[in-house]
Amino acid sequence: MSGPADYIFYAAAAVTVGAAILVAILPNILYAAVALLFSFAGVAGLYVLLSADFLAATQVLVYVGGILVLLLFAVFLSNRISDAKITNPTHFRLPAAAICLVLFGVLSYAAVSTPYAVKEGVYLPTTADIGELLMTRYLLPFEVASVLLLAALIGAAFLSRPDRAASVKGDMEEGKR
Amino acid sequence: MTLDKLLVIAAALFCCGLYTVITRRNAVAVLMGVELILNATNINFVAFSFFLHRMMGGQIFAVFVIVLAAAEAAVALAIFLRMFSTTGTVEVDAANELKG
Repeated sequence: MSGPADYIFYAAAAVTVGAAILVAILPNILYAAVALLFSFAGVAGLYVLLSADFLAATQVLVYVGGILVLLLFAVFLSNRISDAKITNPTHFRLPAAAICLVLFGVLSYAAVSTPYAVKEGVYLPTTADIGELLMTRYLLPFEVASVLLLAALIGAAFLSRPDRAASVKGDMEEGKR
Repeated sequence: MTLDKLLVIAAALFCCGLYTVITRRNAVAVLMGVELILNATNINFVAFSFFLHRMMGGQIFAVFVIVLAAAEAAVALAIFLRMFSTTGTVEVDAANELKG
């Protein structure tokens, strides 16, 4: 593959990796969250180039529309904005950078030097195939995932209710008395 | 666009996520690093699915990874909010009540 698709690939890759580096090094956590948005969008572009149209749409819907909004809410709710202390301190910078660079070198060397039996990819719509496979071959994981999502929803709703826990705690203290 | 270029991109994404997880103290930022790592694995799954097999297994697995990431983010953020209401901070070093 060559021509415009290659330029789009390099642009998406640059956006993805550059924004990920910004997420790692930006001191302000809000700016890091916005950089994460661009990184997710770049990954969605890579999915499109890899003939994964359904996954690209899911990436935009779930990551950019859901998880990132959740993260931003958590940042807003868990930082005292009035303290003007949204920047967060970091630690172990140099050892972490050394570990990550060495790991990146090893992973890249392994990826480049391994001879894969690469076939030429073909571009076909995938949504129908994914839906059919989810209903036939991967039916059990699909159902398990739905139960897991239900459990996560109930757990998150239960955990994030402050009044209830306070009253339970009060009841326990009354019981002690 | 070749397979090894995509693997190198995924490796870079993974290392950025790992650096974020190691260095940040804010628990929300640590979660951002975990999301970066999950995205790196997803790129690998989809790339192998496209270049090696032309089977949908990799893409299905990526769908499940996204589902798990969503569930994990919801529960983790609920825990962070609860932690903030009890300790007044979301720094991971503050969560040391169970330390012996």
